[in-house]
Amino acid sequence: MGRGLHDGDIAVASVKDTGRAPAPGNPGAGGADSAPQLSALGWARWVWRVLTSMRTALILLFLLAVGAIPGSMLPQTSVSQEQVRNFYLDYPELAPWLDRFYLFDVYSSPWYAAIYLLLFVSLTGCVVPRAFAHYRAMRARPPKTPHNLDRMPYSARFTSDAAPEAALAEARALLKGYRTDTGTESVAAEKGYLRETGNVVFHLALLVLLLALAAGAFFGYRGNMLVVEGDGFANTLPAYDSFEPGLAVNDGELEPFSFTLDDMDVRFIEEGNFGGQAERYAARLTYREAPEAPEKEHLLEVNHPLSADGVQVYLLGHGYAPEFRVTNADGDVVFDQPVPFLPREETTFASDGVVKVPDAGDEQLGFTAVFLPSAAESAEGELVSDFPGARNPVVTLEGHKGDLGMDSGQSQSVYQLYTENMEPIGESPELSPGDTWELPDGSGAITFTGYRDFASLQVNSDPARLPALLAASAAVLGLLATLFVRPRRVWVRARPGEDGRTVVELAGLSKTEGAGSTAEFHALATRLRDRLREGPATDTGTKE
Amino acid sequence: MTHAFAASAAADGTLASVSDGLVIAMIVAYAVALFLFAIEAAYGRRRPLKANRLVPAAEVSAPAAGAAGDDFVARSADDGMTVNVRHAEPEARASQHAVGHVALAVTVAGCLLNLGQIVTRGIAADRWPWGNMFEFVVAISLCGVVAFLYAAYRYQARYLGLFVLIPVVLLLGIGAKWLYTETGPVIPALDSYWIAIHVSAAIVASGAFMVAGSATVTYLIAHRTELKRAAGETVTGIAGKLPSSELLDRVAHRFILFAFPLWTFAVIAGAIWADEAWGRYWGWDPKEVWSFITWTVYAAYLHARATAGWRGSRAAWIALAGFACLLFNFFGVNYLFSGLHSYA
Repeated sequence: MGRGLHDGDIAVASVKDTGRAPAPGNPGAGGADSAPQLSALGWARWVWRVLTSMRTALILLFLLAVGAIPGSMLPQTSVSQEQVRNFYLDYPELAPWLDRFYLFDVYSSPWYAAIYLLLFVSLTGCVVPRAFAHYRAMRARPPKTPHNLDRMPYSARFTSDAAPEAALAEARALLKGYRTDTGTESVAAEKGYLRETGNVVFHLALLVLLLALAAGAFFGYRGNMLVVEGDGFANTLPAYDSFEPGLAVNDGELEPFSFTLDDMDVRFIEEGNFGGQAERYAARLTYREAPEAPEKEHLLEVNHPLSADGVQVYLLGHGYAPEFRVTNADGDVVFDQPVPFLPREETTFASDGVVKVPDAGDEQLGFTAVFLPSAAESAEGELVSDFPGARNPVVTLEGHKGDLGMDSGQSQSVYQLYTENMEPIGESPELSPGDTWELPDGSGAITFTGYRDFASLQVNSDPARLPALLAASAAVLGLLATLFVRPRRVWVRARPGEDGRTVVELAGLSKTEGAGSTAEFHALATRLRDRLREGPATDTGTKE
Repeated sequence: MTHAFAASAAADGTLASVSDGLVIAMIVAYAVALFLFAIEAAYGRRRPLKANRLVPAAEVSAPAAGAAGDDFVARSADDGMTVNVRHAEPEARASQHAVGHVALAVTVAGCLLNLGQIVTRGIAADRWPWGNMFEFVVAISLCGVVAFLYAAYRYQARYLGLFVLIPVVLLLGIGAKWLYTETGPVIPALDSYWIAIHVSAAIVASGAFMVAGSATVTYLIAHRTELKRAAGETVTGIAGKLPSSELLDRVAHRFILFAFPLWTFAVIAGAIWADEAWGRYWGWDPKEVWSFITWTVYAAYLHARATAGWRGSRAAWIALAGFACLLFNFFGVNYLFSGLHSYA
């Protein structure tokens, strides 16, 4: 936006200049009437022409935008399956209908794919021929000097004592940065090819970006897991809590990196209006890119992922994993490990979890539990957590005994206790670290021995990340060139006039909207005139 | 396990309250300027704009001004050179009044207060001062006003003052009344140098889009005035004193040309940040979807403007749709949908 506004403007270069596609049949004749006589080839041509027309591209662009809207308003399976399930529960009649139109998977739906594929076919059909045309234009000579330069948007005429050849030589020297072609009595010059280059690069880069997106979804994978402080992780399928592979991913041959979560550092703002907001969380890892590779360290933070063997590991969040030791009726330790609890809300980190003890003896034991990092009594006398940090960790348990149902063959969630075949045995008092609850009917005891942090992690493999980034960068550069480079042509003609003096004409044509280059053309004409006036005078001066 | 607790929120109390005082001061300044600009628009005289940088304007006496329709031809025969310019610019006129200068000065003052507010808040919170919606609104206002001042200086576009300050005062009012958040630290996800890159680009682009939106609205009013005049009706008041629709169209286009690549960059920078923070560069988060929709609509505007039959008011409506998407992306998405971007 560097130039004065009132002297003209920059127009955007469009890939498509024509407003509408000609109707099938003879151009100009009643297209619709003659349509039935068209051959299949004629129809194909017509469809192609309509598809690659500017108007169609504009409409498709609009559809692309409008089609994206429902995906932002309705829950999407790709973003959160849980929200979709909740939507089904809230609107049991509407949801199946919406699903019929893929409205819970808008961005992978056939109709959305149809829009962007058509748009990209339209783009390709336009950009590729245009790229070739531009390549030819860049190798061709600037267009020949027209007969009547007066008709150009800018033209100037003056006379000079310099010889026509000298005038043209001077003009060529003046037209720096232009590509020039000298004829017998004129110079044709052109500049600003970068605009069309940028235009082609921008649109091709968009095509590459789409391919990179597709490739990433095809060859990449994503998985989530919780890792408790002190525990390790090896990149194999069973280590994940959830795993979404691309179609071309062999989940038996994932990149063989591994790591141990040494320490988790979580800080909360202690006081004030922002008290309870997380200030920082970071996980210290020791990792190996491959089993035989050397051990390295990494501080995993929210904006600082680990990159191992081309795969990224991200820290999504954290939580508490209380540790429990369970002894059975005979006094044998049958369970001793931390159990990750899921935070109910971020502000208090009151967390829910389930402890399953399958090897307790004749009857299996199960507990549903609540972990309160900073237990306090609310105004209503309820036990709540009033801070996310562990100021006063307390656990309360609800015990069950019977059959946990873990051998039934059906997959179970580790965060849910299936109590169909169990009977309740009562509730525990508030347990602080070290406290033990003796189970009521002598079936054993459970001790809340302490707690550890866990990290909620995501592993992401997208081999097309870099190509996507390069394509996006190329698109921005191309966009800048196509928006801000002004292509323009200049012609200078010099021939002997009737009075023996040389008549010099200069004309300029800007290919973009308005007369943005008029100032430049005028400056060129003025300078050429001044040079030709001075030049010969000093020449003759030195000769004499 | 280290559960170290930070002390209280590291906010400097004195500076934070200075910063809050400046919010009120700048809203008042902008409101006064708005009032003065309204006087200029309504009671000024329609006079030609100076310094048009119209090329041979200094040298060309324009005898053919107003000749043969739109094929305006200016000729000059200065110093032995005949110059011939077709399609030269018709003279640009706008309503001008002495209070306009005062209004501009008050706007500059408001702009400085605005800048001061952002700086003091940034220092008080010890971070980049655009971590929540309130701070975002204040920063967009600053960019919009700076863009307007640039236009006033460079393009003589003081006539836009009224139309730019209306959304600015509205936005700031909404910001101070409903979006206000106390100075404080941000959540860890926002603690990255990408906030300086991604959010700054989005803010500057939004400011330029806002000026473009104001110019577009002005364009549509001026266009309607011209149609009415062509139909023989008389138009009075502010609508009757606007500059030519063609000029306004060009100002709007200029700002969109500036903002569009910047918006593109902001979206891409956001994608890079998302890749670093959330583990994917594009995840169809509502904010991502709507910035993509905004991008698409402005792309359609740029194409429409270069397409015969779409130029003019049709393209202008597309630009307004783009601006509506931008606003929705800010207000609607943050309040209606749950997504990763809701930091309000």
